[in-house]
Amino acid sequence: MGKRNLISVGILAGIYLIVQLLVSRGVLLAYDLQILGLVCINIMLAVSLNLINGFTGQFSIGHAGFFGIGAYASAYLTVVHDMPFLLALIIGGLFAALIGICIGLPTLRLEGDYLAIATLGFGEIIRVVILNIPAVGGARGFSGISRSTTFGTAYVFMILTVIILKNFISSKHGRACIAIREDELASETLGINTTFYKVAAFTIGAFFAGLAGGLYSHFMGYINPAANQIGFMKSIDILIMVVLGGLGSITGSIAAAIFLTLIPEFLRSLAEYRMVVYPIILILIMLFRPSGLLGGKELSWDVLSSFYRRVTGKAQKQQGVSTNGS
Amino acid sequence: MQWQILVAQLINGIALGSTYALIALGYTMVYGIIRLINFAHGDIFMLGAYFGLIAISTFKLPLVPAMLLSMLAAAVVGIVLDRVAYRPLRQSPRITVLITAIGASLLIQSLSQLIFGADFRSYPDTAIPIKIIRLGSVIITNRQIIIFGTAIVLMILLHLIVNYTKFGKAMRAVSMDKEAAQLMGINVDRIIALTFAIGSALAAAAGILVGILYNSVDPYMGTLPGLKAFVAAVLGGIGIIPGAVIGGFLMGIAENLVVAFGSSTYRDAVAFAILILILLIKPSGLLGKRVHEKV
Amino acid sequence: MDPNPLLSVSNLSVNFGGLRALSNINLTIKHGDLVGLIGPNGAGKTTFFNTLTGLCKPSTGQIMFAGFDLTNKAASYISRQGIARTFQNIRLFKSLTVLENLMVACHQNINYSFLTGVLKSKKYRLEEEAGLEEAKRILEIVGLSHHAHELSVNLPYGDQRKLEIARALVTKPKLLLLDEPAAGMNPAETQELLSLIRYLRSDLGITILLIEHDMNLVMNLCEHIFVLDYGMLIAEGTAAEIRSNEQVIQAYLGADV
Repeated sequence: MGKRNLISVGILAGIYLIVQLLVSRGVLLAYDLQILGLVCINIMLAVSLNLINGFTGQFSIGHAGFFGIGAYASAYLTVVHDMPFLLALIIGGLFAALIGICIGLPTLRLEGDYLAIATLGFGEIIRVVILNIPAVGGARGFSGISRSTTFGTAYVFMILTVIILKNFISSKHGRACIAIREDELASETLGINTTFYKVAAFTIGAFFAGLAGGLYSHFMGYINPAANQIGFMKSIDILIMVVLGGLGSITGSIAAAIFLTLIPEFLRSLAEYRMVVYPIILILIMLFRPSGLLGGKELSWDVLSSFYRRVTGKAQKQQGVSTNGS
Repeated sequence: MQWQILVAQLINGIALGSTYALIALGYTMVYGIIRLINFAHGDIFMLGAYFGLIAISTFKLPLVPAMLLSMLAAAVVGIVLDRVAYRPLRQSPRITVLITAIGASLLIQSLSQLIFGADFRSYPDTAIPIKIIRLGSVIITNRQIIIFGTAIVLMILLHLIVNYTKFGKAMRAVSMDKEAAQLMGINVDRIIALTFAIGSALAAAAGILVGILYNSVDPYMGTLPGLKAFVAAVLGGIGIIPGAVIGGFLMGIAENLVVAFGSSTYRDAVAFAILILILLIKPSGLLGKRVHEKV
Repeated sequence: MDPNPLLSVSNLSVNFGGLRALSNINLTIKHGDLVGLIGPNGAGKTTFFNTLTGLCKPSTGQIMFAGFDLTNKAASYISRQGIARTFQNIRLFKSLTVLENLMVACHQNINYSFLTGVLKSKKYRLEEEAGLEEAKRILEIVGLSHHAHELSVNLPYGDQRKLEIARALVTKPKLLLLDEPAAGMNPAETQELLSLIRYLRSDLGITILLIEHDMNLVMNLCEHIFVLDYGMLIAEGTAAEIRSNEQVIQAYLGADV
């Protein structure tokens, strides 16, 4: 592993240790730890949606549906069938991926607005179907789920998700997705099977959303089929994270997920006005900085080191040819 | 199953469908002219219901003036919305505007909750005192007739405006080719504002009618009907005015038939099922034409 | 060179609703040919390219290429069989750099699974390096190496056209379709283009079919020319033959009054 990778690992491990330290000292309470866990889950959601919307250019606003499938499926397996937690989690994710294929295949002929509406429709259908399954609690929700997810679990899964998706993007398969976003027709004439990759992006995104869902239901111990949990409103929340961070920027999604999960906590005193301030901020960003916090670019080691050099006046190191910038 | 229930639900469906048609018209006109799905449109419908409520309860106005006032107020809201949120983004990518529309929708809902309170309110019975009319063994209320009638009148008015006035011609020109219309001397921004105004007025009318029909008003009442009316617009062919009318009625009837056949929990899913079917079979809608991408 | 035809189009017709864009096109192109396709605007030249490359489905007829039947096949399949193209209105990947545009085109010639890509194993690194080498080699050939890390959209117009050709070359095509490659170029750039196209044919052995309106370019470059008018093939032959063909002259000047 290169020097940069070693430093990254060190920082990630360090963050975890600091959190644990603060918990043992009583600075961070159980509630705070829960928020941090939610941050990790939201990062997984934002990054997986970014794969679909930002990198492949497919406008999906039904992502919470996959989240819900993963949440419910894994909970059903652990509660009713006594399955080990990790196995149920993976199966929940796979089930969400399967539904992703089912949705992706018929809808990929649509584009732009039409695709958005179709995904929205499917997301709601998933929610309504779950709502009508008595075996998972129906409208009352599914409770009694064992709280197997710890902050550590969520943290590790979040890191794995980011690494896997980041590596995917910088591979030829990720490039194919990006090409589809840029110009689908031209991509086809270069030998890229756009149908396959659009469905693949959908499916992979769905898988990680499903994982996030499973982690969530076993974190809270309860899940209900409300619109702001697994429906339209939740999909919008995730979309806002992706757009705020910048479509096509993984680090942007991470930053936005952190920001948007933590801000409501800090503004709790202004809770009443949050729902007014939040959309105003959203509209202002769309009007004045629509490319998001990071403008669609990644905060990478290259960017950081060139910034460092500019600030300290050191000479530019000779850059080798990089294919994807990070 | 008794045919009376079927007929009753059919009548309900037509009444409900009238309101969906009115809302759908707003969606379709705005989409036709600037290719935008105005997510906030459903909330203008909600505002219309509240404006009407205030006019009737607080100012004690009779139904017709109240409706006209509410429609006017909603038209203003529509114009402001376009001016502030959508006009600056005319050249921006679609996703940016879509998200702005979503933001606008959330904003209107939250502001309404702050101003009007989150509780459900109801229209006083004196708004339209219920009269029941019997045709054989079928029961219709005068409210249903008034809703249907009002909707038809408004739709005829719209038809006259779009097809027989200078403004209507300008609207059709802009929706066909914005640049060419501009070159012909049409003030495109003003025509777009007018489109928003008319669409919003129609939605507001629907809001009052629904408020009376279902006797309940709350800040979030616009989301679901908004989505359903949108599906109706897509069903008929988004951007095509007669399509919105047909789609609206079909949607209302379909929804009530599902309830008639015993599955009221799936009532809301009907809209989405229809949506998926349309998008998979004929995305351009019943009256729509297919458009090919030019290479 | 293989004397058998590389491309064999028989009875090709394309209808758009009531409009006959192409009627009964029959043509053959042999390995190593440098061929031109001309005709007045709206004659169906780009439609022909679109049908060849799978972006448009023919109503009747057959397309045989290097022994494979390409009729009604998907565009990505056709690309993998060895046909590449450029577009009339440049379709570069705008937010990608010059090099990144070419790396996308490496897609069909470097191979590794999703898993390998995620794990970044040795196979990944070997394949990526090979792809990068090839991309840099092509950049050298078209003379854009010094622009490798610039955003494609920032290149001057002539270079953008060159980049599109480079991108098509990366797919290692047997047949290269150029749609108005000289459009908007000044005489110096057109000369460079001419040399490049000749080089592609003579040194890289690529068969070339190009659509052009620049008659000088076509007459100087192409050994064989096909003429389309109103979707029909009205003439074919050498530059000299086409220049003096009555039907061709009329097609361009309009029928006699």
